Amino acid sequence: MTEVKAKISPSALIKVEQICEKHGNRPGELINILEEIQGTVGFLPEDVQRLIAHKLGLPASKINGVVSFYTFFTTTPRGKHRVSVCLGTACYVRGAEKNIDEIKRVLGIEVGDTTPDGKFSLDCLRCLGACGLAPVMMVDEQVYGRLQMTEIRKILDSYE
Amino acid sequence: MEKTVTLKIDKHEVTVPAGTIILDAAKKVGIDIPTLCYINLEGTAVKSNPSSCRICVVEVEGKKNLAPACATACTEGMVVHTSTTRVLNSRRIVAELILSDHPNECLVCPKSGKCELQKLSQRFNISEMPFAGGELSQRTKEVTAAIVRNMDKCILCRRCENVCNNVQTVGALGAIKRGFNTMIAPAFGKSLKESECTYCGQCVSVCPTGALSEHDYTNRLLEDLADPDKTVIVQTAPAVRAALGEEFGLPAGTLVTGKMVAALRELGFAKVFDTDFSADLTIMEEGSEIIDRLTHFLKKDRLVRLPILTSCCPAWVNFFEKQFPDMLDIPSTARSPQQMFGSIAKNYWADMMGIPREKLVCVSIMPCLAKKFECSREEFKKKGNPDVDYSLSTREFAELIRKANINFNALQNEDYDNPLGESTGAGVIFGATGGVLEAALRTVYEIYTGKKLEKIDFEQVRGLDGIKKAVIDLNGFPLHVGIANGLGNARRLLEEIRSGKSEFHVIEIMACPGGCIGGGGQPQHHGNVEILKARTAALYREDANKKLRKSHENPYIIKLYEEYLGKPLSEQSHKLLHTHYFNRAENE
Repeated sequence: MTEVKAKISPSALIKVEQICEKHGNRPGELINILEEIQGTVGFLPEDVQRLIAHKLGLPASKINGVVSFYTFFTTTPRGKHRVSVCLGTACYVRGAEKNIDEIKRVLGIEVGDTTPDGKFSLDCLRCLGACGLAPVMMVDEQVYGRLQMTEIRKILDSYE
Repeated sequence: MEKTVTLKIDKHEVTVPAGTIILDAAKKVGIDIPTLCYINLEGTAVKSNPSSCRICVVEVEGKKNLAPACATACTEGMVVHTSTTRVLNSRRIVAELILSDHPNECLVCPKSGKCELQKLSQRFNISEMPFAGGELSQRTKEVTAAIVRNMDKCILCRRCENVCNNVQTVGALGAIKRGFNTMIAPAFGKSLKESECTYCGQCVSVCPTGALSEHDYTNRLLEDLADPDKTVIVQTAPAVRAALGEEFGLPAGTLVTGKMVAALRELGFAKVFDTDFSADLTIMEEGSEIIDRLTHFLKKDRLVRLPILTSCCPAWVNFFEKQFPDMLDIPSTARSPQQMFGSIAKNYWADMMGIPREKLVCVSIMPCLAKKFECSREEFKKKGNPDVDYSLSTREFAELIRKANINFNALQNEDYDNPLGESTGAGVIFGATGGVLEAALRTVYEIYTGKKLEKIDFEQVRGLDGIKKAVIDLNGFPLHVGIANGLGNARRLLEEIRSGKSEFHVIEIMACPGGCIGGGGQPQHHGNVEILKARTAALYREDANKKLRKSHENPYIIKLYEEYLGKPLSEQSHKLLHTHYFNRAENE
C-alpha cells in the first residue's frame, strides 16, 4: 500500500484528544475510540495513532496492530467518492474480479488506496444482499448492478 | 492456607495450587508437554502465554475440544490425557501447518541445532511436509548493528512481542496486519533502528526459531586475526565466564575463566584482557561521582539531583535516551566498562606499546547485544576509528571456538595478561543484578567514611527480585539504594523519580533479567530460571575466591591513576572515561 503522508490539522488533533478523554483514556475502549476518531477525522494516520497511544498509555505498535488488523480502519484519507466492489460469492462467480482489475486500471490505484487527486478511493466488501444483481459495484450510495467491464470507465467519468 | 486442587494427568495423580496451568502441573510429574509459545522464567518478569501456537493441546475428560495446556487451569478431579492418538495427531498437524509457512533452510540457518521448531519436528518425527508447495509469506529482513531480523522464519509465537511490551515496556514490537500478512514489527512500517528498540536482545533470548538473531561478527574477527598487520586484543565481560561452559555441555554455573583465556590465546589474540579491570575503573569514576554528588547534596546544593543512576548497561542508556529524555542529567556520566576498556586500550596502552591506533583492533566478548550498538556510537570514535571495534556475544564466541577446532573442555587454565587483565572481586560481580552497586558500595563506603569495611559482602542487594531496596549506614547517614533488573522494573523506579516520590540516593539498573548473566547474548535459558541462578552463584563464587575484592585496591588501577589519569574525575578522566547523553525520543 502506498503511504500517503497526510498531516493532520491541530484542531483535528484536539478532537482526537477529546475523544480519548471522553472514553476515559481506557485501553479497553480502543476499538470504540478508533471508530469514533475515524468517523470524525476521516482516517487514522501515524500522528493520530501516536497521539492515541500516548493518551491511552499503550505502545504505538499496539495501536498500529489493531488499526492494521481490521480492514474497516484506514490510514489514508478516503476519496471524495468511495468505490466499493462486492466480492461475495454470487458477485465473485459472475466476474467481480475482472471488474476490480478494470477499476484498478482506470483509477491507477490498488484496493484500499485513494487516487492522488483525492477523487476516488477503492474498497472491497462482502455481499450487499443484492445477489440478484450480481456482480455489483457501489459508488457512494449509488448501486450499479449486472455491471459489465466495458461500462466502468463511463460510470466513473460521470463523477465530478 | 493456599487452596489446592488434585487432578490426574495420564497415570499420575498430582496436587497443585489452584490456578496452576496443566502444562506446569504436568512438569511436576515429569511430563514435558511440548510448546513453542509458552515461556515462564519463574521469579523474574519474563513470561509469555499468548496460547498462540496450539502445540500444547491435551485431552481433558468431559471437554469436547482439545484444551491448550498452557492456558487451561487445573480443576479439582480433572482427568487429563497428554498423549492420546487424537492429541498426537492434532499436534503433528499443527506443527505441519507451521512448517508449511516456514523456509526450509535448516542447513544454513544460524539457529540450526538450537531451534525449538526444528527440535519439535524431530520429536514428532515429521518426515514429510504434507502442506508444502504453497507460497511462503514474504516478510521483512533487517540487519542492525546488534540484532538481525529475518521475519520469514517467524512463527508468530508472540514471545518477543510480550517480552518487548509487557516485560521490558519498550514497545518496539507488535503484531501488525493479519492472516498470512501478519508480521511482528515496529509500528508504521518502521525499521527496528527507527523504533523505540533498545537492543536489549531479550526478544532474541526467547525467540524459538531463527527469526531473531544477533549480528554475527565472527567472520570479521577471523579476518582481523589472520591479518599480520594488525594487533588484535580482546576483553571479556564478567558474565561470559559463568555461561560459556553451557555451550560445551558443562552444567550451568561452571566457571570457565581459565579455559576461556586459553581458548582466546589459541584463537590468536595478541593479548587477552579482562573487562573486569575496567569494571574496577568504572567503580573508581562512578563511585567518586556518587560521593561528589552526595556531598554536594548534603550541603544543600540545589544544582545536584539525586538519585544518581548507574550507566554501565547500554540497553538501559538507550531506554532513557529514547523514553525519558527529560532525565538525561540523572545517570552517572561514567562510560560503561566496555567503553572504558576501549578508551584505555587505544590511548594509554597503545601509546605504551607503540602501536598506532589504526593497527590496533579491540574486540569485546559480551553477554549482550546492545554492546554491539554501543561500540558503533559516534561519541566513542576518534576520527571514525572506534574505541572498541566490535563486540561478539557469548554465543558467537562459542561458535568461533568450535569453528577453530578447539577442544574447549580439554584446555588447561590460563591467566589474563597484564596490565589490563588484573581485576578484583568487585569487577567480577558486575555481571549480576546488584553487583555494580555492591562493588560501588565497597569502595564508596571506605573512601567516604575513611573506615575499613568489616564485612565485604552486601547480601541485601543480591538476588533475582525485580526491584530490591536497602539502606546502608555511611557514618550515620542512611544511604538508600535501589536496584532494578528488567526495563519494566526500571521504568517503575524512573516514574517515581519523575513524580518526585523516589526515596533513593543511588540506583543500579540492568536491562536484562538477573543482570548481564541473563543478557541477550548469552546461551538461551529456554525458560529455566535455575540456569540464571547458577550463573549468578558462579560470579559470587569467583568474587569470594579473589585475593582483592575492592576496586580501589587493584594495583594496576592505582598505577593507572598515578601514571596517566591523575585522580578520579580529573580532566583526563573526563575526556577518556565519561560521556554525555542525547535526547533520541521520537516526535520530540
